[in-house]
Amino acid sequence: MTTLATTGDAFVATRDTAADSHGAAAASQRTAATPQFYVLDEHPHPAGYSTPLGFWLYIMSDCLLFSVLFATYGVLGGNYAAGPSPRDLFDLPLVAVNTTMLLLSSITYGFAMLAMQDNRAGRVQMWLAVTAFFGLCFIGIELYEFADFIRQGATPQRSAFLSSFFTLVGTHGLHVTTGLVWMVTLMTQVARYGLIEANRRRLMCLSMFWHFLDVVWIGVFTFVYLMGMLR
Amino acid sequence: MNDAHAAHDAGHGGHSADHSDGHGLHLTLDGYLIGFGLSVILTAIPFGLVMSGVLESKNATAFAITILAVVQIVVHMVYFLHLDARSEAGWNMMALIFTAVILIIALTGSLWIMYHLQQNMAPMNMSTLP
Repeated sequence: MTTLATTGDAFVATRDTAADSHGAAAASQRTAATPQFYVLDEHPHPAGYSTPLGFWLYIMSDCLLFSVLFATYGVLGGNYAAGPSPRDLFDLPLVAVNTTMLLLSSITYGFAMLAMQDNRAGRVQMWLAVTAFFGLCFIGIELYEFADFIRQGATPQRSAFLSSFFTLVGTHGLHVTTGLVWMVTLMTQVARYGLIEANRRRLMCLSMFWHFLDVVWIGVFTFVYLMGMLR
Repeated sequence: MNDAHAAHDAGHGGHSADHSDGHGLHLTLDGYLIGFGLSVILTAIPFGLVMSGVLESKNATAFAITILAVVQIVVHMVYFLHLDARSEAGWNMMALIFTAVILIIALTGSLWIMYHLQQNMAPMNMSTLP
């Protein structure tokens, strides 16, 4: 099971050599006489060991996706095609309420993580439900806003500004919706299996995802809504 | 001495449970509350600036809200995403820096080139030519 490798005169490898300091001392005494080993195999890791790093890399790639959408909006955001401009459409108090919803959902997810750390499954469920509620409010307000725009004739087809606006903000909304589906899934998981190792890992990943969406929203409300009102 | 050793072991045992979440970090209520408080302030200021129009110059307002957004993103990264130079042996930070570089190139590059393209494009309405 252990790969043995020989390089010139130096030998090769078992994993039990030099297990602790006593072993190391003993090993250094036998250096001259006995072969030395080093392990070429990847040593075993517990299940899900690399998940946090892998998930972080996914989030970073998602970040690149949003950077392209932001760049598109930055280039096309001023082309109204004689249609409505951000000033005609955007309702800043509504956006402020929406931002508050997402920020509140971020802190309540944090409370869920704290409850998970204390091994209190019931509290985790409660805070996840509160987080999902705020997430639903966010999506509801956003859909209301979109419906309002479309009722005014400001559809994605109207101008390049509106096409890029709906793509950017809609993609963020789609991510939040996915996060909500994931949250309900995890609540079911925790209800059935409790705070087992795998569920803790999943909750940690969703935590990263959810807070990342809040980070993207900072970019959206600053560069789309607030900058739009300054144009 | 023995007691100290035992306490250390107990502490270590507690930590190995935390390792299960993959980060091995200790989350605190204070950390989340500080992050939330800072985020509220850093959100309220830009909205206030734009809605009240306190700053006369639009460029100054745009500059201010950009800076506030960057600060708030850093606050979120530190207090909510628990990012520091040591997480995942520095790989998280490396990935973040790489992403930030690509992001800046994509954003500034697109805006810069497309702005110049628009400036240098032949006007559609030929009657405006001399």
